[in-house]
Amino acid sequence: MQIPVDAEVQRRVMELEVPFNESGVDPYGLSRAHLAQSMTLLKLAYRHYFKVEVHGMENVPARGRAMIVGNHSGGFALDAGCVIASTFFEMNPPRLAQGMAEKFIAKFPIAAMWATRAGQLTGLPENAARLLEDDRLLMVFPEGARGTAKLYKERYSLVNFGTGFMRLALRTRSPIVPMAFLGGGEAVPTVFNAVSLGKLLGVPYIPVTPWLFAIPLPVQLDVYYGEPIQFEGDGSEEDDVVNGYVEQVKERIAAMLEVGRRRRKGEA
Amino acid sequence: MRVLIPGISGMIGQGVALLLRDEGHEVYGIDRRPWPDAPKGIEIFEVDLRKRAAEDVFRKIRPQVVVHMATVTHLLEKSDERYRINLGGTRAVVEHAKKYGVEHVIFVGRHTYYGAAPDSPLYHTEDEPPMGLASFPELADLVASDLYAGSALWRHREFATSVLRLCYTLGPAGHGTLGTFVRGPRVPTILGHDPLFQFMHELDVARAIAVTVEKRPVGVFNVAGPQPVPLSIIIKETGRTAVALPEFVFSAALGRFGLPRLPAGALQHIKYPITIDASAFRKATGFVHDIDELRTMHDYREAFPVVSR
Repeated sequence: MQIPVDAEVQRRVMELEVPFNESGVDPYGLSRAHLAQSMTLLKLAYRHYFKVEVHGMENVPARGRAMIVGNHSGGFALDAGCVIASTFFEMNPPRLAQGMAEKFIAKFPIAAMWATRAGQLTGLPENAARLLEDDRLLMVFPEGARGTAKLYKERYSLVNFGTGFMRLALRTRSPIVPMAFLGGGEAVPTVFNAVSLGKLLGVPYIPVTPWLFAIPLPVQLDVYYGEPIQFEGDGSEEDDVVNGYVEQVKERIAAMLEVGRRRRKGEA
Repeated sequence: MRVLIPGISGMIGQGVALLLRDEGHEVYGIDRRPWPDAPKGIEIFEVDLRKRAAEDVFRKIRPQVVVHMATVTHLLEKSDERYRINLGGTRAVVEHAKKYGVEHVIFVGRHTYYGAAPDSPLYHTEDEPPMGLASFPELADLVASDLYAGSALWRHREFATSVLRLCYTLGPAGHGTLGTFVRGPRVPTILGHDPLFQFMHELDVARAIAVTVEKRPVGVFNVAGPQPVPLSIIIKETGRTAVALPEFVFSAALGRFGLPRLPAGALQHIKYPITIDASAFRKATGFVHDIDELRTMHDYREAFPVVSR
């Protein structure tokens, strides 16, 4: 099935600084034609269904390797969609934020194929390192599936961050752009995670909302990008050092979440 | 130099032999299969590599370089026979090389060593273990041959060892796993999967092996040329039509309707990619491919056009 491609999307896809070959495919299987179709759908959600506000877009480097590191909010990857849409639609020239998809996705036919074609690779450290070495823009959610499993009442909290992303940033000398995402919890207010049902279907869990299914509400979503941080090291540091760096990133994200939360409540 | 090529009558073997002869080397070959019309200056011994007669060739020729290409890679041969040919042949090469003072041995293997799986990284590097055996045990002989050949690196320091893991070959000869897979006018694929395939033009494959003879790099090397391409584009650019089947239909149809009878593990290779990082080989030898992926696919299409009825 072919989705008619939006004119702005088509122009932006052509402006992406990605080494596509003559067939319109990059060395990772990202396909220009399929990306244009995916972005056309994403644009509908980003510009028309949700009300998305992006703050601090200038903090995402125009070129070169960088890691956008942010929090999860909402029962599934609404946050990733907003990051991808914001760097694609708000930056000039556009950039493609490439995520590290959960490993379970790679087992699903069609989903895995479209993820690869849209530049979203399986979440493996080798893939992440290679993308950064190629000066791509990587998107990382260190909370992992535990982050998307947050319930409505936990929507502004952060769960434990792994340290893998920090060692990767140090090893590849990549700046980290902290990112805070708000509104996912309101869009998909999870009251319960059906873990057993999820296992049956081959996913970590199924988020259950008051209206049962995780169909998101058309609410306001906010994306905050903080100033890039360049940490010094080579990735072989002791855990104490790395944990300290991770804490710094987490604090920056928590601070942006607090600013965003107050703003959403109408406070200063 | 005197170069002996076990497996010379295969398509790539012939290509390597011609290149080396043109570069001024003395070229000899061992193969059970004949090479009809073998050109002048290339002497073929129609013997089995694992038999005594092959050792006589080593004794008589005293080759300085051996390019071992006498492996069976297609899965239609029975497993135990493949095991004997591939491991027995490799062992014979190692032993004769040691006994008859060979300076450099090149083992030509396959990138399928790494296996295809949903959770394997794109671009395998040479230090990775062979993770694909669990789902595709029929590849055990190729993996074992690769590892056994690699052990010559420390067991036999008296000769230089190069173990090559080549990506798929494509081109006008239609040779190889990929060339055979896309031969028909309609190519079956598995619905919802479009893996990347990494291939190199057959002329470039022969060149890469000839460069290995010249540069004598020691170690295990992935060998690839242009960037990989999704299967859907290979099918389109070679002028074929993709027929996407749900996996259970595909499995049930194997061995029927003109589809080859393949082991279940082979399906992994049309669901998930095997891509390799060939930067170490490029660095060690300076090899750069001549023919890009698009021309390679078009050369194949011209050699095997789909005739519309």
